[in-house]
Amino acid sequence: MGFWPIFLLALMEGLVSAAVLAITAAGLSLVFGVMRVVNVAHGAFFMLGAVGAWFVTTYVPGPPALVFLAAMILAPLCVAALAGLADIAVLKRLNYSPDATIVATIGLLYILEQGALSFFGPSARPVPAPFSFRIQLPWFGYSGYKLAVVVAAVVLLAVLWLMINRTKAGLVMRATQSDPEIARAFGINTDKVYAGVFAFGAGLAALAGVLVVPIQQAYYLMGEGPLLMSFIVVIIGGLGSLRGTLVAALFIGLSDGVISMFFSPTLTEILATLLVAFVLIFRPQGLFGRGAA
Amino acid sequence: MLELRDIEAGYGAVRVLHGISLSAAAGEVTCIMGRNGAGKSTLMKAIMGLLPLTAGRITLDGVAIEGLAAHQVPRHGIAYVPQGRRLFAELTVAENLGVGLLVRGGDAALRRHVLDLFPRLEERLDQQARTLSGGEQQMLAIGRALCLGPRVLLLDEPAEGLQPSMITLIRDTVLRLKAEGLAVVLVEQRVEAVLEMADQVVFMANGRVAEIAPARGLAPDAPQFRDHVGI
Ligand SMILES: Nc1ncnc2c1ncn2[C@@H]1O[C@H](COP(=O)(O)OP(=O)(O)OP(=O)(O)O)[C@@H](O)[C@H]1O
Ligand SMILES: [Mg+2]
Repeated sequence: MGFWPIFLLALMEGLVSAAVLAITAAGLSLVFGVMRVVNVAHGAFFMLGAVGAWFVTTYVPGPPALVFLAAMILAPLCVAALAGLADIAVLKRLNYSPDATIVATIGLLYILEQGALSFFGPSARPVPAPFSFRIQLPWFGYSGYKLAVVVAAVVLLAVLWLMINRTKAGLVMRATQSDPEIARAFGINTDKVYAGVFAFGAGLAALAGVLVVPIQQAYYLMGEGPLLMSFIVVIIGGLGSLRGTLVAALFIGLSDGVISMFFSPTLTEILATLLVAFVLIFRPQGLFGRGAA
Repeated sequence: MLELRDIEAGYGAVRVLHGISLSAAAGEVTCIMGRNGAGKSTLMKAIMGLLPLTAGRITLDGVAIEGLAAHQVPRHGIAYVPQGRRLFAELTVAENLGVGLLVRGGDAALRRHVLDLFPRLEERLDQQARTLSGGEQQMLAIGRALCLGPRVLLLDEPAEGLQPSMITLIRDTVLRLKAEGLAVVLVEQRVEAVLEMADQVVFMANGRVAEIAPARGLAPDAPQFRDHVGI
């Protein structure tokens, strides 16, 4: 294979990373944007999605595609419910104080990871893709499932965008984000909004985990890489700016594909972390953020 | 009729309001006057349920509303125009009004009524609130509150920082709402404006009601203004 086919392959791999990263980071960005909560447990919700997908595909009988579809619905729903509970039981009691919630979500991260270790075990377990066709390009064959992940991410993010900008639920969320006290004065139950947003953000991470598991295998520590990358993406894109988050996810994902292919995956993380340092020093509001909130 | 009986409230352990009692009748404008820090804005927040009361009762047409969760208060027909406008800055004009309409489930007639009241808003429906001029922002803050179709309107210094033509518009709006039968509670520091609009004037000092006077009996140089507002 010459340079260009390998470059194309790198870009396609990058697009898959970008797709998964964009969904994960969108959840983190939403939670931070609306609640000002830095959710360190976000990676654990991602992992729980993957682990949940393993349980569903292992124990639910039926045609693979249908079972996988069930996992795509059930795992995020369960994770969202768990997150909603965590919000009511822990974060709300801390009055969503920015410092206290960081510590609390660190605790939540460990509880969830150790819980997964206890019930799921220390080994990585594969989940078969719901379908196995390959797309044959002139230079190489490519997994049809990976392309399906990219398409699913695009559809999902478009729906998310419409939800936030064109529906009543989105309006309520954005009003709460803008000024929670005044939102209450206009009849918005902000406690419900917070619980819902935290659950929804966790559900997005879990869905990303489900989508990635046929590519990566389920493992109880698998959320840590995505957590770091999501933070990087959210900071580069501008805290709380969904558009920035998506653009940054695309940029980081594609760079990841190319750098990993030609050099090493570790280099991507080094460069991305350096980039974050520069953004924090020279443009702390992020590339797309608008001033300090 | 909005009635307050011996309200006590504050921030955390700091008590700011000490036994406030007053009533605001439908079709009347009740002006609240007092020096900076007298507790006027705190009183507004307490009525809205945004601060917990440590004592006292608030009733609206006989129904107790104290102790309700803040988001339930507007459902009883009380709307709030906060000091400094506090618009949802990143949201458009239409979306700000949309938030006002949530309680009423998006009543189209109410929206129409508000846009007729402030035609300037209708020309700017898709503009972000933060890009509006100060006067337009205040129209939007009042319009957003009127989208609730309220019986009681709380206005906290709506004329602050506005030019004369805009102040006149706000005065006319207040008088029109009064004529429509709303109970208007207005925090206002300027004596001439108060005398143009008020039916009664509540003078506050140090978190207490110092005096309640019918506006008719007050001259521009009345001693109350000097004593409690410092003019
Ligand atoms: N969020 C807060 N936390 C603690 N104390 C507060 C808070 N807001 C106001 N206060 C205090 O409560 C007192 C009353 O403030 P308030 O804003 O009600 O005054 P005001 O009469 O509206 O004054 P102004 O004319 O300046 O608007 C002041 O002593 C103020 O310092
Ligand atoms: Mg004030």
